[in-house]
Amino acid sequence: MKVEPLYQALKKSQEAKGAYFNKDKDLVFELLDALILNKDRYGYMACPCRLACGDREKDKDIICPCVYREPDMKEFGACFCGLYVSEAVNNNQAQAEYVPERRPPEKLF
Amino acid sequence: MAENNKLYALSTCSHCKSTKKLLNECNVEYDYVQVDDLEGEERKAILEDIKAINPRCSFPTVKINDTVIVGFKEKEIKKALGVEDES
Repeated sequence: MKVEPLYQALKKSQEAKGAYFNKDKDLVFELLDALILNKDRYGYMACPCRLACGDREKDKDIICPCVYREPDMKEFGACFCGLYVSEAVNNNQAQAEYVPERRPPEKLF
Repeated sequence: MAENNKLYALSTCSHCKSTKKLLNECNVEYDYVQVDDLEGEERKAILEDIKAINPRCSFPTVKINDTVIVGFKEKEIKKALGVEDES
């Protein structure tokens, strides 16, 4: 999988959901490369900032976009990795804050 | 001393990379553990070590002497290292 088409596809599909790519393009492409790497090694795009166990069912909450993205964008203006920011942050009406880990530790294998 | 400083990280994580870069810029000796490269019992043992100092077991987890810093918190890391923060 190539990174540029992934960028274009996700930009379109995720912006429709109110999730915007971080304006730091180097960060975005670094994370998209990491998602492609995870797709290669696990078979799915596990969050690059979390430890995947390789079992799709156990990792389903951290398959990007993870289930924590929405509450994290709402509370902190960004997702855990910083790949996505909220519309307010994208429009410079708010600043993204440090995002603590929301995933319960018992989900880690 | 290196054995007192540890960085638990993932190869793919942006915050981990930033933390590694910062520690390298500060010329700190540290043990670097890339947890996603570990498997089986080895991974299990390391996760227990991390949970002991960071119950959320998130990445990066940094240990500078007796100070544990979770996440890429530049100021806190520099403070723990006793490095002047110019930012």
